[in-house]
Amino acid sequence: MELAVEAVGLRKRYRGVEALAGLDLTVGAGRVLGLLGPNGAGKTTTVRVLATLLRPDAGFARVAGHDVVREPDGVRRRIGLAGQYAAVDEVLTGWENLVLVGELLHLGRRGARRRARQLLDRFDLAAAADRPVRTYSGGMRRRLDLASCLVVEPSVLFLDEPTTGLDPVSRLALWAAVEELVAGGVTVLLTTQYLEEADRLADRIAVIAAGRVIAEGAPDELKRKVGLPWLEVAVVDPATVPGALSVLAPVAAEAPVVDRDGARITVRLRDGADDLATAAVALRTAGVEVLDFALRRPTLDDVFVQLVGHTT
Amino acid sequence: MSTLAVRPRWPLALCVEAAAAAGRRLRHLRRAPGRFLGITLNPLVSMLILGYLFQHSITVPGAGSYQEYLFAGAAAQVGLAGIGPSAIAVAGDRDRGLVDRLRSLPIDRGAVLIGHTLADAVVGVLGLAVVTAFGLLIGWRPHGDPLSTVAAFALLALFGYVMSWVGVLLGMTSRNAESISALAPLVTVVLPFLSNAFLSSASLPGWLTPIADWNPVSAVSSACRALWANPSGTATSFAGTHPGVVLAAWLGPLLVVSAGLSLRRYRATG
Repeated sequence: MELAVEAVGLRKRYRGVEALAGLDLTVGAGRVLGLLGPNGAGKTTTVRVLATLLRPDAGFARVAGHDVVREPDGVRRRIGLAGQYAAVDEVLTGWENLVLVGELLHLGRRGARRRARQLLDRFDLAAAADRPVRTYSGGMRRRLDLASCLVVEPSVLFLDEPTTGLDPVSRLALWAAVEELVAGGVTVLLTTQYLEEADRLADRIAVIAAGRVIAEGAPDELKRKVGLPWLEVAVVDPATVPGALSVLAPVAAEAPVVDRDGARITVRLRDGADDLATAAVALRTAGVEVLDFALRRPTLDDVFVQLVGHTT
Repeated sequence: MSTLAVRPRWPLALCVEAAAAAGRRLRHLRRAPGRFLGITLNPLVSMLILGYLFQHSITVPGAGSYQEYLFAGAAAQVGLAGIGPSAIAVAGDRDRGLVDRLRSLPIDRGAVLIGHTLADAVVGVLGLAVVTAFGLLIGWRPHGDPLSTVAAFALLALFGYVMSWVGVLLGMTSRNAESISALAPLVTVVLPFLSNAFLSSASLPGWLTPIADWNPVSAVSSACRALWANPSGTATSFAGTHPGVVLAAWLGPLLVVSAGLSLRRYRATG
Protein backbone atom coordinates (compact mmCIF):
# COMPACT_ATOMS: atom_id res chain seq x y z
CA MET A 1 0.00 0.00 0.00
CA GLU A 2 1.22 3.48 -0.83
CA LEU A 3 1.93 5.53 2.27
CA ALA A 4 0.79 9.14 2.49
CA VAL A 5 2.30 9.65 5.92
CA GLU A 6 5.26 7.78 7.31
CA ALA A 7 6.99 8.64 10.57
CA VAL A 8 9.83 6.68 12.11
CA GLY A 9 11.31 7.27 15.54
CA LEU A 10 10.22 10.89 15.90
CA ARG A 11 11.58 12.63 18.96
CA LYS A 12 10.98 16.12 20.19
CA ARG A 13 11.89 17.73 23.49
CA TYR A 14 9.90 20.76 24.33
CA ARG A 15 10.71 23.04 27.25
CA GLY A 16 12.34 20.15 29.09
CA VAL A 17 9.51 17.70 28.42
CA GLU A 18 9.85 14.80 26.04
CA ALA A 19 6.78 15.39 23.90
CA LEU A 20 7.67 12.72 21.35
CA ALA A 21 9.68 9.75 22.50
CA GLY A 22 10.29 7.72 19.36
CA LEU A 23 6.94 7.86 17.64
CA ASP A 24 6.26 5.61 14.64
CA LEU A 25 3.18 5.77 12.51
CA THR A 26 1.96 5.30 8.98
CA VAL A 27 -1.16 6.31 7.11
CA GLY A 28 -2.01 4.67 3.80
CA ALA A 29 -2.96 6.93 0.91
CA GLY A 30 -6.66 7.72 1.00
CA ARG A 31 -7.09 6.36 4.53
CA VAL A 32 -8.04 8.00 7.80
CA LEU A 33 -5.90 7.54 10.89
CA GLY A 34 -7.32 8.59 14.24
CA LEU A 35 -4.74 9.64 16.79
CA LEU A 36 -6.08 9.11 20.29
CA GLY A 37 -4.43 9.94 23.54
CA PRO A 38 -4.83 11.84 26.77
CA ASN A 39 -3.94 15.52 27.06
CA GLY A 40 -0.20 16.00 26.76
CA ALA A 41 0.35 12.63 25.06
CA GLY A 42 1.95 14.28 22.04
CA LYS A 43 -0.95 14.40 19.58
CA THR A 44 -0.59 18.05 18.69
CA THR A 45 3.21 17.84 18.62
CA THR A 46 2.93 14.96 16.15
CA VAL A 47 0.69 17.01 13.89
CA ARG A 48 2.97 20.04 14.14
CA VAL A 49 6.01 18.01 13.16
CA LEU A 50 4.22 16.37 10.24
CA ALA A 51 2.82 19.71 9.07
CA THR A 52 6.37 21.21 9.08
CA LEU A 53 5.62 23.68 11.87
CA LEU A 54 8.09 22.03 14.21
CA ARG A 55 11.44 20.37 13.47
CA PRO A 56 11.86 17.00 15.14
CA ASP A 57 15.01 16.51 17.23
CA ALA A 58 15.44 13.04 15.78
CA GLY A 59 13.65 10.63 13.52
CA PHE A 60 12.33 10.79 10.02
CA ALA A 61 9.00 11.68 8.48
CA ARG A 62 7.66 11.79 4.96
CA VAL A 63 4.34 13.35 4.09
CA ALA A 64 2.89 13.07 0.58
CA GLY A 65 6.26 11.82 -0.64
CA HIS A 66 8.36 14.64 0.82
CA ASP A 67 10.69 14.75 3.78
CA VAL A 68 9.29 17.15 6.40
CA VAL A 69 12.73 18.46 7.36
CA ARG A 70 14.54 18.58 4.03
CA GLU A 71 11.65 19.43 1.71
CA PRO A 72 9.18 21.37 3.84
CA ASP A 73 7.91 23.34 0.85
CA GLY A 74 7.06 20.15 -1.00
CA VAL A 75 5.07 19.02 2.04
CA ARG A 76 3.32 22.38 2.43
CA ARG A 77 2.16 22.30 -1.17
CA ARG A 78 0.28 19.08 -0.52
CA ILE A 79 -1.14 19.41 2.97
CA GLY A 80 -3.95 21.19 4.74
CA LEU A 81 -3.88 21.90 8.47
CA ALA A 82 -6.94 22.66 10.54
CA GLY A 83 -5.66 23.34 14.01
CA GLN A 84 -7.09 23.10 17.47
CA TYR A 85 -8.17 26.72 17.34
CA ALA A 86 -9.84 27.72 14.13
CA ALA A 87 -7.02 29.67 12.49
CA VAL A 88 -9.11 32.20 10.67
CA ASP A 89 -8.90 35.97 10.80
CA GLU A 90 -11.75 37.15 13.02
CA VAL A 91 -11.80 40.69 11.73
CA LEU A 92 -12.16 39.69 8.09
CA THR A 93 -15.33 38.24 6.62
CA GLY A 94 -15.53 34.58 5.65
CA TRP A 95 -15.23 35.61 2.02
CA GLU A 96 -12.14 37.76 2.66
CA ASN A 97 -10.49 34.95 4.59
CA LEU A 98 -10.79 32.55 1.68
CA VAL A 99 -9.79 35.14 -0.92
CA LEU A 100 -6.71 35.94 1.18
CA VAL A 101 -5.57 32.32 1.17
CA GLY A 102 -6.23 32.11 -2.58
CA GLU A 103 -4.14 35.21 -3.23
CA LEU A 104 -1.34 33.95 -1.00
CA LEU A 105 -1.38 30.78 -3.07
CA HIS A 106 -1.18 32.65 -6.38
CA LEU A 107 -4.63 31.89 -7.70
CA GLY A 108 -4.82 35.53 -8.76
CA ARG A 109 -7.61 37.88 -7.80
CA ARG A 110 -10.21 36.28 -10.06
CA GLY A 111 -9.14 32.72 -9.35
CA ALA A 112 -9.14 33.38 -5.61
CA ARG A 113 -12.62 34.87 -5.75
CA ARG A 114 -14.02 32.02 -7.80
CA ARG A 115 -12.54 29.47 -5.43
CA ALA A 116 -13.85 31.35 -2.37
CA ARG A 117 -17.34 31.35 -3.80
CA GLN A 118 -17.22 27.59 -4.50
CA LEU A 119 -15.99 26.80 -1.00
CA LEU A 120 -18.51 29.04 0.75
CA ASP A 121 -21.30 27.27 -1.13
CA ARG A 122 -19.88 23.86 -0.41
CA PHE A 123 -19.56 24.52 3.32
CA ASP A 124 -22.92 26.18 3.63
CA LEU A 125 -21.45 29.55 4.49
CA ALA A 126 -22.66 31.57 1.49
CA ALA A 127 -25.28 33.41 3.55
CA ALA A 128 -22.66 34.49 6.09
CA ALA A 129 -19.98 35.27 3.50
CA ASP A 130 -19.93 39.02 4.14
CA ARG A 131 -20.10 38.90 7.92
CA PRO A 132 -16.95 39.26 10.01
CA VAL A 133 -15.85 35.86 11.30
CA ARG A 134 -16.05 37.25 14.84
CA THR A 135 -19.86 36.91 14.53
CA TYR A 136 -19.71 33.24 13.42
CA SER A 137 -20.74 30.34 15.61
CA GLY A 138 -18.13 27.75 16.61
CA GLY A 139 -19.36 25.36 13.94
CA MET A 140 -19.23 27.99 11.19
CA ARG A 141 -15.69 28.91 12.19
CA ARG A 142 -14.52 25.32 11.99
CA ARG A 143 -16.17 24.90 8.61
CA LEU A 144 -14.44 28.05 7.37
CA ASP A 145 -11.17 26.80 8.81
CA LEU A 146 -11.59 23.53 6.96
CA ALA A 147 -12.53 25.41 3.79
CA SER A 148 -9.31 27.47 4.10
CA CYS A 149 -7.35 24.22 3.98
CA LEU A 150 -9.00 23.28 0.72
CA VAL A 151 -8.35 26.40 -1.33
CA VAL A 152 -5.73 24.41 -3.16
CA GLU A 153 -6.85 20.81 -2.74
CA PRO A 154 -4.46 19.03 -0.39
CA SER A 155 -3.71 15.33 -0.68
CA VAL A 156 -3.11 15.01 3.07
CA LEU A 157 -5.24 16.78 5.64
CA PHE A 158 -4.29 17.18 9.30
CA LEU A 159 -7.20 17.78 11.62
CA ASP A 160 -6.19 18.58 15.17
CA GLU A 161 -9.23 18.09 17.40
CA PRO A 162 -11.57 19.40 14.70
CA THR A 163 -14.76 19.23 16.74
CA THR A 164 -13.62 20.14 20.25
CA GLY A 165 -16.21 22.44 21.74
CA LEU A 166 -18.77 22.01 18.99
CA ASP A 167 -22.44 21.27 19.55
CA PRO A 168 -23.71 17.89 18.29
CA VAL A 169 -25.32 19.27 15.14
CA SER A 170 -22.18 21.16 14.10
CA ARG A 171 -20.13 18.10 14.87
CA LEU A 172 -22.24 15.94 12.58
CA ALA A 173 -21.94 18.55 9.82
CA LEU A 174 -18.16 18.61 10.15
CA TRP A 175 -17.97 14.83 10.15
CA ALA A 176 -20.01 14.72 6.97
CA ALA A 177 -17.65 17.23 5.37
CA VAL A 178 -14.61 15.15 6.32
CA GLU A 179 -16.24 11.98 5.03
CA GLU A 180 -16.91 13.69 1.73
CA LEU A 181 -13.25 14.65 1.45
CA VAL A 182 -12.14 11.13 2.23
CA ALA A 183 -14.52 9.82 -0.42
CA GLY A 184 -12.72 12.17 -2.82
CA GLY A 185 -9.40 10.47 -2.01
CA VAL A 186 -7.88 12.76 0.61
CA THR A 187 -5.74 11.14 3.31
CA VAL A 188 -6.67 12.34 6.80
CA LEU A 189 -4.77 12.29 10.05
CA LEU A 190 -7.13 13.23 12.82
CA THR A 191 -6.43 13.82 16.49
CA THR A 192 -9.36 13.70 18.82
CA GLN A 193 -10.42 13.20 22.38
CA TYR A 194 -13.81 11.92 21.27
CA LEU A 195 -13.67 8.20 20.77
CA GLU A 196 -16.98 8.29 19.00
CA GLU A 197 -15.39 10.61 16.44
CA ALA A 198 -12.47 8.26 15.86
CA ASP A 199 -14.86 5.31 15.65
CA ARG A 200 -16.93 7.02 13.00
CA LEU A 201 -14.22 8.58 10.84
CA ALA A 202 -11.08 6.50 11.22
CA ASP A 203 -10.11 3.29 9.40
CA ARG A 204 -7.27 2.82 11.82
CA ILE A 205 -6.54 4.13 15.25
CA ALA A 206 -3.26 4.78 16.96
CA VAL A 207 -3.37 5.31 20.70
CA ILE A 208 -0.49 7.43 21.93
CA ALA A 209 0.73 8.08 25.43
CA ALA A 210 3.88 9.80 26.65
CA GLY A 211 5.01 10.50 23.10
CA ARG A 212 4.82 7.05 21.58
CA VAL A 213 2.25 4.78 19.99
CA ILE A 214 1.10 2.18 22.50
CA ALA A 215 -1.56 0.45 20.40
CA GLU A 216 -2.62 0.52 16.79
CA GLY A 217 -5.27 -1.17 14.74
CA ALA A 218 -8.73 -0.98 13.21
CA PRO A 219 -11.31 0.18 15.77
CA ASP A 220 -12.88 -3.30 15.97
CA GLU A 221 -9.50 -4.96 16.44
CA LEU A 222 -8.73 -2.69 19.34
CA LYS A 223 -12.11 -3.31 20.92
CA ARG A 224 -11.63 -7.07 20.67
CA LYS A 225 -8.25 -6.74 22.33
CA VAL A 226 -9.88 -5.19 25.36
CA GLY A 227 -12.15 -8.12 25.99
CA LEU A 228 -15.22 -10.21 25.25
CA PRO A 229 -18.75 -8.91 25.42
CA TRP A 230 -20.31 -8.86 28.85
CA LEU A 231 -23.79 -9.11 30.30
CA GLU A 232 -25.39 -6.26 32.14
CA VAL A 233 -28.44 -6.88 34.31
CA ALA A 234 -30.41 -4.16 36.05
CA VAL A 235 -32.87 -5.37 38.66
CA VAL A 236 -36.07 -3.60 39.72
CA ASP A 237 -35.60 -4.20 43.46
CA PRO A 238 -32.08 -3.89 44.92
CA ALA A 239 -33.10 -6.40 47.59
CA THR A 240 -33.09 -9.14 44.93
CA VAL A 241 -29.41 -8.52 44.01
CA PRO A 242 -27.97 -11.24 46.31
CA GLY A 243 -30.38 -13.82 44.80
CA ALA A 244 -29.47 -12.71 41.30
CA LEU A 245 -25.75 -12.92 42.04
CA SER A 246 -26.02 -16.49 43.26
CA VAL A 247 -27.89 -17.70 40.16
CA LEU A 248 -25.50 -15.79 37.81
CA ALA A 249 -22.35 -17.17 39.43
CA PRO A 250 -22.30 -20.43 37.42
CA VAL A 251 -22.12 -18.59 34.05
CA ALA A 252 -19.61 -15.93 35.17
CA ALA A 253 -15.97 -16.08 34.08
CA GLU A 254 -15.03 -13.99 37.08
CA ALA A 255 -16.99 -12.73 40.11
CA PRO A 256 -19.93 -10.53 38.97
CA VAL A 257 -19.62 -6.86 39.89
CA VAL A 258 -22.43 -4.81 41.40
CA ASP A 259 -22.25 -1.11 40.65
CA ARG A 260 -22.49 1.65 43.22
CA ASP A 261 -26.26 2.24 43.21
CA GLY A 262 -26.68 -1.45 43.95
CA ALA A 263 -29.12 -2.35 41.19
CA ARG A 264 -26.88 -3.09 38.18
CA ILE A 265 -24.80 -6.23 37.83
CA THR A 266 -21.98 -6.74 35.32
CA VAL A 267 -21.06 -10.32 34.45
CA ARG A 268 -18.14 -11.44 32.27
CA LEU A 269 -19.49 -14.46 30.44
CA ARG A 270 -17.67 -17.72 29.96
CA ASP A 271 -18.96 -18.26 26.45
CA GLY A 272 -21.40 -16.16 24.42
CA ALA A 273 -24.97 -17.05 23.57
CA ASP A 274 -25.46 -20.23 25.62
CA ASP A 275 -24.56 -18.46 28.83
CA LEU A 276 -26.88 -15.63 27.89
CA ALA A 277 -29.83 -18.04 27.66
CA THR A 278 -28.84 -19.84 30.86
CA ALA A 279 -28.60 -16.54 32.73
CA ALA A 280 -32.01 -15.37 31.52
CA VAL A 281 -33.71 -18.61 32.56
CA ALA A 282 -31.92 -18.69 35.93
CA LEU A 283 -33.04 -15.16 36.76
CA ARG A 284 -36.65 -15.90 35.88
CA THR A 285 -36.64 -19.14 37.88
CA ALA A 286 -35.24 -17.27 40.90
CA GLY A 287 -38.05 -14.75 40.56
CA VAL A 288 -35.77 -11.73 40.01
CA GLU A 289 -37.61 -8.91 38.27
CA VAL A 290 -35.37 -7.47 35.57
CA LEU A 291 -35.38 -3.90 34.23
CA ASP A 292 -32.61 -4.27 31.66
CA PHE A 293 -30.86 -7.37 30.37
CA ALA A 294 -28.31 -6.78 27.66
CA LEU A 295 -25.09 -7.93 26.08
CA ARG A 296 -22.61 -5.02 25.94
CA ARG A 297 -19.53 -4.77 23.79
CA PRO A 298 -16.39 -2.84 24.61
CA THR A 299 -16.38 0.68 23.19
CA LEU A 300 -13.34 2.70 22.26
CA ASP A 301 -13.76 4.35 25.66
CA ASP A 302 -13.02 1.01 27.25
CA VAL A 303 -10.01 0.57 24.98
CA PHE A 304 -8.82 3.98 25.98
CA VAL A 305 -9.32 3.52 29.69
CA GLN A 306 -7.65 0.15 29.67
CA LEU A 307 -4.66 1.34 27.65
CA VAL A 308 -3.94 4.67 29.21
CA GLY A 309 -5.62 4.34 32.59
CA HIS A 310 -7.38 7.24 34.23
CA THR A 311 -4.88 9.86 33.24
CA THR A 312 -7.41 12.18 31.61
CA MET B 1 -12.31 20.32 -9.06
CA SER B 2 -8.62 20.61 -8.56
CA THR B 3 -7.35 24.15 -8.56
CA LEU B 4 -3.91 24.46 -9.97
CA ALA B 5 -1.82 27.36 -8.82
CA VAL B 6 1.48 28.18 -10.40
CA ARG B 7 3.86 29.85 -8.01
CA PRO B 8 6.08 32.35 -9.82
CA ARG B 9 9.81 32.63 -9.21
CA TRP B 10 11.28 34.01 -6.04
CA PRO B 11 11.17 37.81 -5.98
CA LEU B 12 7.80 37.96 -7.71
CA ALA B 13 6.27 35.25 -5.51
CA LEU B 14 7.40 37.09 -2.40
CA CYS B 15 5.92 40.36 -3.70
CA VAL B 16 2.52 38.80 -4.43
CA GLU B 17 2.42 37.06 -1.04
CA ALA B 18 3.60 40.09 0.94
CA ALA B 19 1.04 42.27 -0.86
CA ALA B 20 -1.75 39.83 0.03
CA ALA B 21 -0.61 39.82 3.66
CA ALA B 22 -0.40 43.61 3.72
CA GLY B 23 -3.88 43.88 2.19
CA ARG B 24 -5.22 41.86 5.07
CA ARG B 25 -3.75 44.22 7.67
CA LEU B 26 -5.13 47.23 5.81
CA ARG B 27 -8.59 45.68 5.83
CA HIS B 28 -8.29 45.38 9.60
CA LEU B 29 -7.61 49.08 9.73
CA ARG B 30 -10.68 49.86 7.67
CA ARG B 31 -12.76 47.85 10.14
CA ALA B 32 -11.21 49.52 13.17
CA PRO B 33 -10.14 53.06 12.27
CA GLY B 34 -9.62 53.74 15.98
CA ARG B 35 -6.20 52.15 15.65
CA PHE B 36 -5.31 54.78 13.11
CA LEU B 37 -6.31 57.49 15.55
CA GLY B 38 -3.95 55.78 18.00
CA ILE B 39 -0.81 56.51 16.01
CA THR B 40 -1.66 60.17 15.32
CA LEU B 41 -3.00 60.92 18.78
CA ASN B 42 0.32 61.34 20.55
CA PRO B 43 1.90 63.67 17.97
CA LEU B 44 -1.28 65.74 17.78
CA VAL B 45 -1.47 66.05 21.56
CA SER B 46 2.21 67.02 21.69
CA MET B 47 1.64 69.78 19.17
CA LEU B 48 -1.50 70.96 20.90
CA ILE B 49 -0.10 71.02 24.43
CA LEU B 50 3.45 72.18 23.76
CA GLY B 51 2.88 74.17 20.60
CA TYR B 52 -0.33 75.89 21.62
CA LEU B 53 -0.98 75.74 25.38
CA PHE B 54 2.65 76.16 26.46
CA GLN B 55 3.84 78.21 23.51
CA HIS B 56 4.58 81.27 25.60
CA SER B 57 6.55 79.46 28.28
CA ILE B 58 8.91 77.67 25.87
CA THR B 59 11.63 79.39 23.91
CA VAL B 60 14.04 77.61 21.64
CA PRO B 61 17.65 78.57 22.08
CA GLY B 62 18.91 80.06 18.86
CA ALA B 63 15.56 81.76 18.32
CA GLY B 64 12.87 81.09 15.75
CA SER B 65 9.29 79.95 15.99
CA TYR B 66 8.70 77.17 18.52
CA GLN B 67 5.92 75.67 16.39
CA GLU B 68 8.41 75.28 13.56
CA TYR B 69 10.94 73.69 15.89
CA LEU B 70 8.36 71.38 17.45
CA PHE B 71 6.87 70.01 14.26
CA ALA B 72 9.82 67.80 13.28
CA GLY B 73 9.73 66.19 16.72
CA ALA B 74 6.00 65.52 16.51
CA ALA B 75 6.43 64.04 13.03
CA ALA B 76 9.16 61.72 14.36
CA GLN B 77 6.76 60.69 17.09
CA VAL B 78 4.47 59.20 14.42
CA GLY B 79 7.16 56.62 13.73
CA LEU B 80 7.50 55.75 17.41
CA ALA B 81 3.74 55.48 17.78
CA GLY B 82 3.75 52.76 15.10
CA ILE B 83 5.84 50.37 17.20
CA GLY B 84 3.00 49.34 19.51
CA PRO B 85 0.36 48.61 16.85
CA SER B 86 2.86 46.57 14.77
CA ALA B 87 3.84 44.52 17.79
CA ILE B 88 0.24 43.94 18.84
CA ALA B 89 -0.81 42.86 15.35
CA VAL B 90 2.04 40.34 15.11
CA ALA B 91 1.53 38.97 18.62
CA GLY B 92 -2.22 38.71 17.99
CA ASP B 93 -1.71 36.58 14.88
CA ARG B 94 0.52 34.26 16.83
CA ASP B 95 -1.82 33.94 19.81
CA ARG B 96 -4.86 33.23 17.66
CA GLY B 97 -3.17 30.39 15.78
CA LEU B 98 -3.19 32.29 12.51
CA VAL B 99 0.58 32.04 12.24
CA ASP B 100 0.27 28.25 12.25
CA ARG B 101 -2.07 28.36 9.29
CA LEU B 102 0.19 30.75 7.42
CA ARG B 103 3.32 28.75 8.19
CA SER B 104 1.68 25.60 6.88
CA LEU B 105 1.10 27.26 3.49
CA PRO B 106 3.67 27.03 0.69
CA ILE B 107 4.52 30.73 0.84
CA ASP B 108 7.74 32.61 1.42
CA ARG B 109 8.78 32.56 5.07
CA GLY B 110 9.25 36.31 4.98
CA ALA B 111 5.99 37.23 3.25
CA VAL B 112 3.78 37.58 6.29
CA LEU B 113 6.07 39.79 8.36
CA ILE B 114 7.08 41.90 5.36
CA GLY B 115 3.37 42.27 4.65
CA HIS B 116 2.85 43.57 8.18
CA THR B 117 5.57 46.20 7.77
CA LEU B 118 4.28 47.27 4.35
CA ALA B 119 0.82 47.83 5.82
CA ASP B 120 2.41 49.73 8.70
CA ALA B 121 4.26 51.88 6.17
CA VAL B 122 1.00 52.81 4.45
CA VAL B 123 -0.56 53.66 7.79
CA GLY B 124 2.53 55.61 8.82
CA VAL B 125 2.40 57.74 5.68
CA LEU B 126 -1.30 58.47 6.24
CA GLY B 127 -0.52 59.34 9.85
CA LEU B 128 2.22 61.71 8.71
CA ALA B 129 -0.25 63.39 6.36
CA VAL B 130 -2.71 64.02 9.19
CA VAL B 131 0.02 65.31 11.51
CA THR B 132 1.42 67.53 8.74
CA ALA B 133 -2.00 69.02 8.08
CA PHE B 134 -2.27 69.85 11.77
CA GLY B 135 1.27 71.23 11.78
CA LEU B 136 0.42 73.58 8.92
CA LEU B 137 -2.63 74.64 10.92
CA ILE B 138 -0.59 75.68 13.96
CA GLY B 139 1.96 77.55 11.89
CA TRP B 140 4.66 75.15 10.73
CA ARG B 141 6.05 75.87 7.24
CA PRO B 142 8.92 74.28 5.32
CA HIS B 143 11.37 76.87 4.02
CA GLY B 144 13.74 74.65 2.07
CA ASP B 145 13.49 73.78 -1.63
CA PRO B 146 10.76 71.29 -2.65
CA LEU B 147 13.22 68.43 -3.05
CA SER B 148 14.58 68.87 0.48
CA THR B 149 11.05 69.11 1.82
CA VAL B 150 10.12 65.81 0.19
CA ALA B 151 13.41 64.25 1.29
CA ALA B 152 12.60 65.04 4.92
CA PHE B 153 9.25 63.28 4.60
CA ALA B 154 10.98 60.31 2.96
CA LEU B 155 13.37 60.22 5.91
CA LEU B 156 10.43 60.21 8.34
CA ALA B 157 8.81 57.38 6.37
CA LEU B 158 12.04 55.39 6.51
CA PHE B 159 12.33 56.03 10.24
CA GLY B 160 8.75 54.79 10.67
CA TYR B 161 9.44 51.71 8.56
CA VAL B 162 12.43 50.72 10.66
CA MET B 163 10.37 51.32 13.82
CA SER B 164 7.66 48.98 12.49
CA TRP B 165 10.31 46.22 12.23
CA VAL B 166 11.26 46.97 15.82
CA GLY B 167 7.58 46.52 16.64
CA VAL B 168 7.45 43.24 14.72
CA LEU B 169 10.42 41.95 16.70
CA LEU B 170 8.75 43.04 19.92
CA GLY B 171 5.58 41.21 18.88
CA MET B 172 7.47 38.07 17.92
CA THR B 173 9.41 37.91 21.18
CA SER B 174 6.86 39.06 23.75
CA ARG B 175 4.91 36.57 25.80
CA ASN B 176 1.60 38.38 25.50
CA ALA B 177 0.01 41.26 23.71
CA GLU B 178 -1.15 42.96 26.90
CA SER B 179 2.33 43.79 28.14
CA ILE B 180 2.99 45.42 24.78
CA SER B 181 -0.07 47.62 24.97
CA ALA B 182 1.07 48.70 28.42
CA LEU B 183 4.68 49.46 27.45
CA ALA B 184 4.49 50.77 23.89
CA PRO B 185 2.79 54.11 24.71
CA LEU B 186 5.57 54.76 27.22
CA VAL B 187 8.15 54.59 24.42
CA THR B 188 6.12 57.00 22.31
CA VAL B 189 5.82 59.50 25.13
CA VAL B 190 9.15 59.22 26.95
CA LEU B 191 11.65 58.78 24.12
CA PRO B 192 10.91 62.19 22.52
CA PHE B 193 11.44 63.86 25.89
CA LEU B 194 14.90 62.26 26.12
CA SER B 195 15.74 63.85 22.77
CA ASN B 196 15.64 67.24 21.14
CA ALA B 197 12.22 66.50 19.63
CA PHE B 198 10.36 69.01 21.78
CA LEU B 199 13.06 70.82 23.73
CA SER B 200 16.71 71.51 23.03
CA SER B 201 18.92 68.73 24.35
CA ALA B 202 21.05 71.39 26.05
CA SER B 203 18.13 72.21 28.34
CA LEU B 204 18.17 68.67 29.82
CA PRO B 205 20.21 67.79 32.94
CA GLY B 206 23.86 67.73 31.88
CA TRP B 207 24.41 63.98 32.03
CA LEU B 208 21.38 63.42 29.78
CA THR B 209 22.57 65.72 27.02
CA PRO B 210 24.85 63.18 25.28
CA ILE B 211 22.13 60.52 25.55
CA ALA B 212 19.66 62.90 23.99
CA ASP B 213 22.12 63.84 21.26
CA TRP B 214 22.63 60.20 20.32
CA ASN B 215 18.91 59.41 20.53
CA PRO B 216 17.71 58.51 17.01
CA VAL B 217 14.63 60.65 17.62
CA SER B 218 16.96 63.67 17.97
CA ALA B 219 18.78 62.71 14.80
CA VAL B 220 15.66 62.33 12.68
CA SER B 221 14.19 65.56 14.09
CA SER B 222 17.40 67.54 13.49
CA ALA B 223 17.81 66.16 9.99
CA CYS B 224 14.24 67.17 9.12
CA ARG B 225 14.72 70.65 10.59
CA ALA B 226 17.80 71.11 8.48
CA LEU B 227 16.01 69.97 5.31
CA TRP B 228 12.99 72.16 6.05
CA ALA B 229 15.20 75.09 7.12
CA ASN B 230 13.37 75.24 10.45
CA PRO B 231 14.93 76.54 13.66
CA SER B 232 17.26 73.86 14.95
CA GLY B 233 18.48 74.73 18.46
CA THR B 234 22.10 75.12 19.46
CA ALA B 235 23.77 71.74 19.50
CA THR B 236 27.55 71.74 19.57
CA SER B 237 28.49 68.09 20.16
CA PHE B 238 29.51 65.77 17.31
CA ALA B 239 26.25 63.83 17.55
CA GLY B 240 24.21 67.01 17.77
CA THR B 241 25.77 68.47 14.65
CA HIS B 242 25.89 65.29 12.56
CA PRO B 243 22.33 63.95 12.69
CA GLY B 244 22.80 62.08 9.41
CA VAL B 245 25.65 60.02 10.84
CA VAL B 246 23.74 59.24 14.04
CA LEU B 247 20.65 58.30 12.05
CA ALA B 248 22.54 55.96 9.72
CA ALA B 249 24.31 54.41 12.71
CA TRP B 250 20.94 53.63 14.25
CA LEU B 251 18.62 52.77 11.39
CA GLY B 252 20.90 50.45 9.42
CA PRO B 253 21.75 48.08 12.27
CA LEU B 254 18.25 48.35 13.77
CA LEU B 255 16.65 47.30 10.49
CA VAL B 256 19.07 44.44 9.89
CA VAL B 257 18.88 43.13 13.44
CA SER B 258 15.14 43.47 14.02
CA ALA B 259 14.16 42.11 10.60
CA GLY B 260 16.75 39.34 10.81
CA LEU B 261 15.75 38.20 14.29
CA SER B 262 12.03 38.48 13.55
CA LEU B 263 12.28 36.37 10.40
CA ARG B 264 14.40 33.80 12.17
CA ARG B 265 11.90 33.65 14.98
CA TYR B 266 9.01 33.32 12.53
CA ARG B 267 10.66 30.36 10.83
CA ALA B 268 11.33 28.62 14.12
CA THR B 269 8.12 29.40 16.00
CA GLY B 270 7.34 26.31 18.00
